[in-house]
Amino acid sequence: MIWEVFRQDRKGQPFEHGGSVEAPDAEFAEAWAREQYGRRGESVALWLVPRGAVHVVDEWADEFDLKYRRVDGYSIKARLKEARERAAAGPR
Amino acid sequence: MNELLLGLADDELIIGWRDSEWTGIAPMLEEDVAFSSIAQNEIGHARAVYELLSDDADALAFDREPSEYLCAPLVQLHLLDWGHTIARRWLYEVADEIRITALMDELPLAAKINREEAYHRMHAEMWRERLADTPQFRAAVDELWPYALGVLPPEQRDALASRVERAEVEAVERGTNDDAFTALHEEMTMVRRSAPAGAQW
Repeated sequence: MIWEVFRQDRKGQPFEHGGSVEAPDAEFAEAWAREQYGRRGESVALWLVPRGAVHVVDEWADEFDLKYRRVDGYSIKARLKEARERAAAGPR
Repeated sequence: MNELLLGLADDELIIGWRDSEWTGIAPMLEEDVAFSSIAQNEIGHARAVYELLSDDADALAFDREPSEYLCAPLVQLHLLDWGHTIARRWLYEVADEIRITALMDELPLAAKINREEAYHRMHAEMWRERLADTPQFRAAVDELWPYALGVLPPEQRDALASRVERAEVEAVERGTNDDAFTALHEEMTMVRRSAPAGAQW
């Protein structure tokens, strides 16, 4: 059984995924995660989550070029280039 | 008191060495890391106690003759299977808890060691639970039980017997270092003996 290990650097900091341990139950997972993710004092807390309990979301529909909804907005690089080329070609 | 502490430190050093023999060959990768880390902790406890007893912990750890070490025969045994190794870890941790908690009032270091041993006990107990019903583990505990009693002074042995729910038998006492210990000592002190004069570590 694979346990995903999330670790916290300091109190108040977000938990970040550190890696995983393979262990038959929570007790073994704790003992092994303590040694692998905490024995040098690098974590103040751990979350151990059975991999099967993680609900994964990894598919996204992006069929209609909805870039205008994103904070980075349109890329104007390509349009600027076109405009410069037009300007360089002189008035029509 | 000093003899008791030296025996305790020697126990921790030698079980640390014996358990380190599993580094790289433990039954699974996660356990390999955990077991090696616990073995290092034990050697760290030995160092802390040697430093209480002497200004030169290395000399105390490595420069004595094999016959001068006071470690219990339990920790000296060269065990080649996992069932015996876990049986020893578990028996040793239970005995060590009785001994170390008895020292805590007079020795602040004992309380410090005990806080780290709590995780060792958790580790040993979870393995014991998992292996308890196997004939190999039961046979290993039977075999090691007289040795486990020898870790403690006679007045603490009934506490150990009731904790592990076994009857007291004749203990294998300290002061019986055998050839296997001499071989371990040889290996353990090899680097120190071969160091050029004046080398600083």
